[in-house]
Formats: sequence, structure tokens, C-alpha cells
Amino acid sequence: MIVGMLLPAYAWLMLAVFLPLLTMLGFSFLKVAPFGNHPMVFTLEHYLAFVRRPYLVDVAWASLSLGFWTTGLCAAIGLPAALALARATRGRVKQVLFLLIILPFWTNGLVRVFSWTMVLRDGGILDLVIHFFTPHAPPQGLLYSYPAIIIGLVHAYLPYMILTCYLALASIDGALLEAAESLGARSLVIFWKIILPLSLPGLVSGSILIFVPVIGSFMEPRILGGRVGVTMGTMIEDQFTQAFNWPLGAALSFTMLAVVLVIFGVFSGALRNRLATS
Amino acid sequence: MFQPINRRSFGLLVGSGLVAGADASLFIRPSHAAETITVLNWRGYGTDEASALKAFAAKSGISVKHDYYNSEPELITKLRTNPGIYDVVLINSARTQQAAVEGMIDPIDFAKLSNAKDLSPTLKSHPNFLFKDKPFGVAWVWGMNSLAVRRDKVANPDSFALFGNPDYADRVALFDDAATEIGIGALLTGQDINDPKDLKAIGEKLKSFKKNVKLLWSSEDEWNKAFAAGAFDVSVYWSGAAVRSQRRLKLPVDFVVPKEGAIGWLDGLSIPSTSTKKEAGYAFINYMIDPQFYVEWATTAGAPASANIVAMNGLPADDLNKTIYKPEYLTKLQFMSAMPDDRRTAFADLWQETKAFYAK
Repeated sequence: MIVGMLLPAYAWLMLAVFLPLLTMLGFSFLKVAPFGNHPMVFTLEHYLAFVRRPYLVDVAWASLSLGFWTTGLCAAIGLPAALALARATRGRVKQVLFLLIILPFWTNGLVRVFSWTMVLRDGGILDLVIHFFTPHAPPQGLLYSYPAIIIGLVHAYLPYMILTCYLALASIDGALLEAAESLGARSLVIFWKIILPLSLPGLVSGSILIFVPVIGSFMEPRILGGRVGVTMGTMIEDQFTQAFNWPLGAALSFTMLAVVLVIFGVFSGALRNRLATS
Repeated sequence: MFQPINRRSFGLLVGSGLVAGADASLFIRPSHAAETITVLNWRGYGTDEASALKAFAAKSGISVKHDYYNSEPELITKLRTNPGIYDVVLINSARTQQAAVEGMIDPIDFAKLSNAKDLSPTLKSHPNFLFKDKPFGVAWVWGMNSLAVRRDKVANPDSFALFGNPDYADRVALFDDAATEIGIGALLTGQDINDPKDLKAIGEKLKSFKKNVKLLWSSEDEWNKAFAAGAFDVSVYWSGAAVRSQRRLKLPVDFVVPKEGAIGWLDGLSIPSTSTKKEAGYAFINYMIDPQFYVEWATTAGAPASANIVAMNGLPADDLNKTIYKPEYLTKLQFMSAMPDDRRTAFADLWQETKAFYAK
């Protein structure tokens, strides 16, 4: 039966996603990681981390704002790009442009981040270009700064936004736009009244695809951020690799997951209202 | 008379050399026939020097594979979760007792190590290695985590207080490691690095560096790239890495032990209790403490100080290692030792909090 075709996918998801996640959930209630001779002691202590360690609230806020910045910039850059791809290109040109967008997916993430260090550092490629035009400018090194993290993250996640927006935009009936034009709507009005509302599903799914991994990101902040590159992602990574406090790392992860779900809940409520009124 | 070597005769020479080499290896039967052992260590830390492994394989017939770890907790996890995989493991002596308590490593039988006779007696029987009066590690190398500065930018570095000196705003790189940074805070506040009584004072001291801290490095490679690109002038660094940075990359770095002292560490080689090739493991450890191996490693690459006295004496007089491991430093060091889990957690927490403060 057709339903049976779902089986391999869900069996795989069960095995590869659900079981490890459940194990981690179990870990998060343990006092210490259950390796070696440690007895299993259950505790809720790790879920009080945000109360016991108030500095984590700052870190969590920093991660969320990183998520908002990255998602916002991806939307601001991605939507126009998708619009141009959907409306103004065809044939071979379209194929080449798509290829260029997908290219970052085909390069290793770590390589991508390290190549940014070459571009952004003092005396790096960006610095050389700036000095070519303004020879007397002071050295322009963006590496080890907040903008550097944002640049790395936007580069990594922009393709998601372009692809989801493209799908939404490509399905807009051209006749709608022609009708608006023939009734005298200017292009800005057409964008605001027709294109933007109809591309909302693409923007929303793109944002979800980007926001969640960005607030958990640790590679870009650690390598590009220097002193300011401390996020929930790096905090959680440290618990696993440096402090060997897996339970705390797991509890922090699930706390962040809860925060994300709350944010999505609020947003989806607001969106539904908006769609209902428009 | 001598004929000039032309291309054809050169080829002939090389060819006959190859045949001779092949013959020799066919007829010499090594004592351990074609065994492969697995060593668990940091990457690029002596046991994986390519030329040394070749020489060891030629001598003993044992080839050596590696697995690496990036932090001490990862080392402990790998030992716990991969029984039977490893035959030799490098353990910071501050962790040796922890591994011994959990029964993951064997007591050492020094009778199987002919080169052990030249080990410095104080290092060989260092309390860090002992558990129930038995040694569980072979003292291999020791070194320091201390102050490294850019030669032409910092004159007469003599204190870790440089990290808070306003002249070096945005020019400092710290090591992203709780034990090291808390240790430096302890040294600056006159405390024991292994058991500081006033963690709050340490936290305040570390936080006062905020304006100067540009980055937190976590690997030698990262340190080298950032230093070469001029990202910082003052930092915490490893003594052995400082030698490599000078020798291999010609970086203008000076490594010093300031007046507060520095953090010393002693690394040992141990045999996992689940190893199935313990004899081969001992053979490899014996080779690792061989003066010949050490002098080659130290002079071609750059190494921490050897625990073998004959090996240290074997270094050329003008060797970089001799300028870095000055004898008078030994009395100024505090060695990292074993620590209860809750203190480790307290260190980790304080360092996380400090990092969050730096990022704010």
C-alpha cells in the first residue's frame, strides 16, 4: 500500500533522530554523565541552570539576537534575489544562477568558515581591496567581531531563504500581477499588496529553517567571533567537549528548544491573525 | 676514474639501491612480526612524527596507528567507551589517577623499559603517577603553559599582569581552557593553582582583562595562524608549541616564565588495561623515552622537555629547547595535579562565566 512507503523514512527518523534525542533527554535529568563507575542519580538541577547561572540569560539573548539578525538579513537579501530568479530569468541563465546559489551547500562548512578568516582578517583580502581604493585608510579587519559572525552565518544559510522564497514566488499566477498593472498599480504597491503576502509561506519556512540552526551555531561564532563569539551553541559544545558535563549540555539544549518553540508559537499566532484579517 | 653521473647511471644507482633495500627488509625478521598498535594522543605530539614511526617500524616491525583527542575529558571518554582499541595512551599526569581509579590503565612494569633507568627520579616517581603506591604512567615530557609575546612589541615581559595592561587593548589571546586560565588567575592572586581558596578573586582578575582580550584560541594551529596574521601580541601559550612556532614558522615569539611563576604539566604514557598488545605497547613506550628519539624530535620539530636526563643533556648547547626550559624555571612552576570532580566543575563554571562576560 502507498502508506507503507512512509515506513523506511519514519523508521530511519525514529532510529537516527528520535532515539539519540530521547537518550539526551534522559541524560539531562542525570547528575553526572553515566560513563565509568558513576552511579545513576536523577536531578532537575541542570534545568535550573538559567537561575543558578544568571550569565546564561545574557548568552541566550545574544544567541537569539544572532538568530534575528541572520534571519532578517537572509530575508532582506534572499527575497529580492528569489524574485529576480523567478520573474526575470529563464533557461540556461536561470540554471547557472541556481547553481551559484547552491554552491555553498557543496562546500564543507568548516572550509567555508576558514576561508572567511582569510577574507576578513587584518591584511586579508577585504582589507587589500579597500586599500586599493583608499590607500590611507586604517587597517580594516573584521575578523573576531560580531559582524564577522553574521557574515559567516548569512553566507551559510542564505540559500535556504532563496530556495523557499523562490518556490513561493514561482507559484504566483502571472495574471494577478498583470491585472494589478492594468488597473494602474505601481510596482511598489504590487510588491506590497500582492507579492509580499503571497511569498509569506516561503519567508516563514525559510526563517524557521534558518533561525533554529543559527541560535545553536557554534562553529562560526567560535572561529570568526574571537572574544565576542560566545553563544548558547559554544556553551553547549563546551559542556560536551571541555567540561564533560553532558547532562548540563543536554539540559541547556532542551531549554533552548523550549524557548524556540515558544517564539514560534507566538509568531505563528500573530501570523495567523494577520492572514485572517488580510 | 670517476665518471660524472648521467641520467642513465643515476637511474641504475637508484634502482640497485631500491633492490638492495628490498632485499635487506626481506631478510631481517623483526622480533614483533607485523603488528599494528593504536596510540591515543593529541595530534602532532611526538608519537606521530612520521620519520620516528618509520624508524620504529624498521627496528621492531611494529607499525603505529593513531587516534586523537582534543581535550582531556574527550580522552577519558574515549578510553571508557572504546575498550580494547588502544595500546598506548598519553595522559596528562593530572588525570592519571582518575584513569587508574576507574581501572582503565595498567600499573607500569619498569623492568620492561630499558630506557627508564635514565628518567629523572623526581619525575619518574612523581606523586601524580601513583595510585595505591603503584606507578600508572611513564614520565615522558613536561612543559609549561606560560606567557608568550611578540618580540618587537613587548619589551621585558615579566608578569601576567600584561593581560590587563591598557597598552595592549585588543592585543591579547587567552587559551580557551578552564584549568589554565583559572591557574593564571590563581598565580596572579598568589594562590595554589590546584586548590585556590578564593575563586571570586580569580574571577574578578580574569574579568579585568576584558578590554584586552581579542580571541580565545584552542589549538596550536589556530594560535599560529592568528599570530602570523598579527591578530595579537600577548598570550598564554604552550612551551613546546613556542619552540615549533619559532623553528618551523619563524614566528617572532618570546616565551617566558614571569615573576608569578607558571603552570607546569607532566605528561606520561600508559598502557590501557584492555589492550591486547601490551608487549608491543611497552616496546613503543621504551622507544618514546629513548634519548635518540627525543633529540631528533626536539631538534627537527620542537618538543617539550624530556623526562629523560640523558635526552636533555643530548641536546645541542644552542638548542631552542635549552633557552626555553631554563633550569631556574623548574623551581617557579606549579605542576597541575589531580583534582576532585566538583572542583573541576567549579573551574569550568567560572571560566564559562568569564567567557560570557568577555562577550557581553
